Amino acid sequence: MTPFLYERAADRQGALALGARAGASYLGGGTNLVDLMRETIAHPELLVDVTGLSREIEDTPEGGLRIGAGVKNTAVAGDRRVRQRYPLLAQAILAGASAQIRNMATTGGNILQRTRCAYFYDDAARCNKRAPGAGCDAVEGFNRIHAILGASPACVATHPSDMCVALAALEATVTLEGQDGGREIAFADLHRLPGETPEVETQLRPGELITAVTLPPNGLAARSTYRKVRDRASYAFALVSVAAGLELEGGVIGDVRLALGGVAHKPWRAHAAEAALKGRPATESVFREAAEAELAPARPLRDNGFKIELARRVIVDTLVKLARTEETV
Amino acid sequence: MSVIGSPVSRVDGPAKVNGEAHYAGEFAPKDLLYAATADSTCPAGTIVTLDTRDAARAPGVLLVLTHLNADRLPYQEPAERVAVDPVAGAQLRVLDGPAILFSGQPIALVVARTQAQAEYGASLVPAPYDADPPAKLRFDPALAQPTSEAAAKKKRGPETRKGDAEGAFARAPVTLDERYRLSREQHHPMEPHATVAEWTGDRLTLWSKTQWVGNERDEIARRFGLPPANVRVINPYVGGAFGSSLRTWPHVTLAAMAARRARRPVRLELTRRQLFTFVGHRGQSEQHVRLGADPNGRLLATICEATGQTSTYEEFAEPLLGPAGATYACDDRLTRYKLVPMNVNTPCPMRGPGWATGLVAQEMAMDELAERLGMDPIELRLRNYAERDPMKDLPWSSKALRECYAQGAERFGWSKRPLKPRARRDGRDLVGLGMATAIYDSGRYPTSASVALLPDGTALVRCATADMGPGTYTSMTQVAADALGLPLARVRFELGDSTFPPAKEHGGSTTMASVGPAIQEACGAVKAKLAGVADGAPITDFAAVLRRAGLDRIEAEASAKPDDAMKTHSINGFGAVFAEVRVDVDLCTIRATRIVGAYDAGRIVNPKLAHSQCIGGMVQGIGMALFEDVEWDEHLGRVSNGTIAEYIVPVNADIHDLDAIFVDTREPLLNPLGVKGVAELGLCGVAPAIANAVWHATGKRVRNLPITPDRLLTA
Ligand SMILES: Cc1cc2nc3c(=O)[nH]c(=O)nc-3n(C[C@H](O)[C@H](O)[C@H](O)COP(=O)(O)OP(=O)(O)OC[C@H]3O[C@@H](n4cnc5c(N)ncnc54)[C@H](O)[C@@H]3O)c2cc1C
Repeated sequence: MTPFLYERAADRQGALALGARAGASYLGGGTNLVDLMRETIAHPELLVDVTGLSREIEDTPEGGLRIGAGVKNTAVAGDRRVRQRYPLLAQAILAGASAQIRNMATTGGNILQRTRCAYFYDDAARCNKRAPGAGCDAVEGFNRIHAILGASPACVATHPSDMCVALAALEATVTLEGQDGGREIAFADLHRLPGETPEVETQLRPGELITAVTLPPNGLAARSTYRKVRDRASYAFALVSVAAGLELEGGVIGDVRLALGGVAHKPWRAHAAEAALKGRPATESVFREAAEAELAPARPLRDNGFKIELARRVIVDTLVKLARTEETV
Repeated sequence: MSVIGSPVSRVDGPAKVNGEAHYAGEFAPKDLLYAATADSTCPAGTIVTLDTRDAARAPGVLLVLTHLNADRLPYQEPAERVAVDPVAGAQLRVLDGPAILFSGQPIALVVARTQAQAEYGASLVPAPYDADPPAKLRFDPALAQPTSEAAAKKKRGPETRKGDAEGAFARAPVTLDERYRLSREQHHPMEPHATVAEWTGDRLTLWSKTQWVGNERDEIARRFGLPPANVRVINPYVGGAFGSSLRTWPHVTLAAMAARRARRPVRLELTRRQLFTFVGHRGQSEQHVRLGADPNGRLLATICEATGQTSTYEEFAEPLLGPAGATYACDDRLTRYKLVPMNVNTPCPMRGPGWATGLVAQEMAMDELAERLGMDPIELRLRNYAERDPMKDLPWSSKALRECYAQGAERFGWSKRPLKPRARRDGRDLVGLGMATAIYDSGRYPTSASVALLPDGTALVRCATADMGPGTYTSMTQVAADALGLPLARVRFELGDSTFPPAKEHGGSTTMASVGPAIQEACGAVKAKLAGVADGAPITDFAAVLRRAGLDRIEAEASAKPDDAMKTHSINGFGAVFAEVRVDVDLCTIRATRIVGAYDAGRIVNPKLAHSQCIGGMVQGIGMALFEDVEWDEHLGRVSNGTIAEYIVPVNADIHDLDAIFVDTREPLLNPLGVKGVAELGLCGVAPAIANAVWHATGKRVRNLPITPDRLLTA
């Protein structure tokens, strides 16, 4: 670990001032960043601890919910309003990591956690994220957990978060604060596909701070679920996961949301599948068509071809199950 | 009443729970310094230059050692190699020259005032390499070489033959010809390996994680050219080891080298990532099995050709073909064993070494043969029951495997199992049942122990053995209490100090059979001494006797060693393992929902400890069957998933109903206690029983362990 300075931000202005310094990184629970420092992958010179800020979950005037970036994963998943109005989000959070890690992890840190690509994590390997232009050892190496959608020759890594898959399906927005003021962006626009610049993972500007995530009034509470397939029963990242919400009107699909985890460089909103579902009858064959539509552009690497079939099965299975469940609200 | 056979709780439990038990890395002599290593990132070649200036200037750094300035150590050869060391080759001489033999080899050692400073210093050592000769990175059976003569002497290949197996196989009406692969596995005990070294003049004390303090003393004495009496190794508690602390690895040498040069005590503790490259592993293997049978299921030919991996500098050959030789009766048999030398760190024994690996292939193959014959898998095994050890052609000293099959099947509910696969469904789950035979070679070593009767009325028993988790502290306290006729609370057993009476390795399930009898002898000797001064007073009153005689203690030391029984008989532990799995019909996720093992391990000294050992083996077997997979990148020559977040082992949610039962037996020849050893046996047979259950659930054979969802999905 490279020596660093540690400062605890007293307020937002203080955080932004410190965050503007060269070599500064914001620190949430540290469950990802500190690991990366220990593995000598990240070398911040200054850690700006922001866990004291934005610790509230508040109702918005529109009937949604605003979750401060410093709220711990455990607190979000345990919040009564979240559980009742956004059960998808609570389920996704609880499907991730372990109780201990969720107790430390913050909302902002979860969103910005880095990929689990083994070659990103090993400084003896080549990685375009760590050293732009160096090359990528994952393309020819172990890439069982890597992307099947939206990857580029420069990078085939995935975004590992479960929580973010639910946020993508829920159409959340993210509040950012910088030296020049704040802005609000759609969650779907926050993370980027790798393209030629996999080292640029989000739309965040240097020194910008996530202060909150806002959930719109519609929490898909009536009919939604998070499904995750992983290598063991708990405490493992998703091979493939699905966040799904469905509205049915007399057997016909109304609003539908579908997002996939473990398949791409960002939480993957399945627009093609949604388009193939809207206004159609809620039958297994329609679900299958929708899954095919979404996965048509999928490209396998050496080890991850199974994800295409697995994603197809999880999507169909999840939608079948959702269509059958009684409305919960 | 004897306390042997009763389920006594761990006598060291409270100390562990209260944090009073100190593990090697927790000893902190005055003025302790901390060390960290820089490790090679290239799998083979030569270090061109090594620039340590930045490291030396880093805050808190006091010393940087590399091959350019480290002492050249004498590395004296032992008169005879101990069983825990590889059979042939030369051990890694750390910081001895610029040659790189594997990625992860330590190339510099940095000593600093704090752990963080040492790690930072070590991260500042760049090392350009000349990658020549080209590295050997592929595990390819075509590149394998037959094992050496040294291995042959230990019956580890290259070939054993009886009758004409190939001919019998060609003529057999029912045959099976398949290849089975097992991924490389890593031990990953809870406690990472650590050594604290302190010199006083030319005397060295090591607090060091080891399964064998006596060998660590001797080995370090030879490496440094010291009389063994100048080295003391202390290690009262071991937080799991599974074979990874049998040998004395290079980090122990590094700690001692650093402490000598720094003239202060030094601690070196390995990181999780370093466990993959410093302390061995269960190497990858492939086994090509050919079985021939008649239509009644009688085996006509068994052929097993196994390929393992070893390093380029040592030959690690293990008894992988033990099961193929010893499990079933068959006149025509052939085994071959080859190794692929690769630029990896040398593998080492990992729980059930060889046998657990060999059983994976053999027991999966037997299951496939049963399927071809349309026969119940237990019935097939009974038809080939070996009444004598078929390979050695010796009688068994004891064998209750039939009872294991019967009692295990009864407890598990085997009789309700449909013969055909994919026959049971419960909701989304396909349910399958599988079984396997377990067998392990029992052993015993010469051992000494001492007993001191003290004026406070307690007896202090000592032996330089270890307790890496099986409960040596507890079971030996029971043996001593029984032999002395004292209550448990008046007996204290101490271990893990090389100044205590000598024992051999705490490994191979030999501890109970070896240390127990030595303690019995020592207790007998001390009782005889007491009788000389006691005037007929009962042993329980020895405190009064000591007082009257004006003595501060009565002490005796004694030894016990195996007799010739091991030459005239085969001595093995046996078992039958049964597993139920549930497989999600679409997503191919697998849960091992129920495992029952029935074991013939001889007499059970402590049923609670033995039960824990066996269900622990089942947990490990679940890992072997379903999760554990060291991903070896053959382009980089590195482990790619070198963290415990990505090297998947079972977690609590993966563990369901586990049960172990012990058939009532007593081993007559191995030792007077009647035990055969439990630990290794507990892992044997678990993984193949699960794999067979996966087939029974799904109708799919995945012959490549672990059976991950993707492998099952694409099978
Ligand atoms: C063994 C293990 C298993 C795991 N399994 C899972 C799993 O199954 N599913 C899953 O989803 N996750 C899993 N995780 C990841 C875990 O969810 C993340 O580590 C955690 O959410 C990160 O949150 P944190 O607050 O600790 O972030 P930190 O480590 O503190 O920070 C992460 C990043 O976010 C930045 N950051 C933090 N807060 C802000 C802010 N307010 N504004 C701007 N930048 C900020 C930091 O600078 C850093 O770059 C696992 C982690 C481990 C170690």
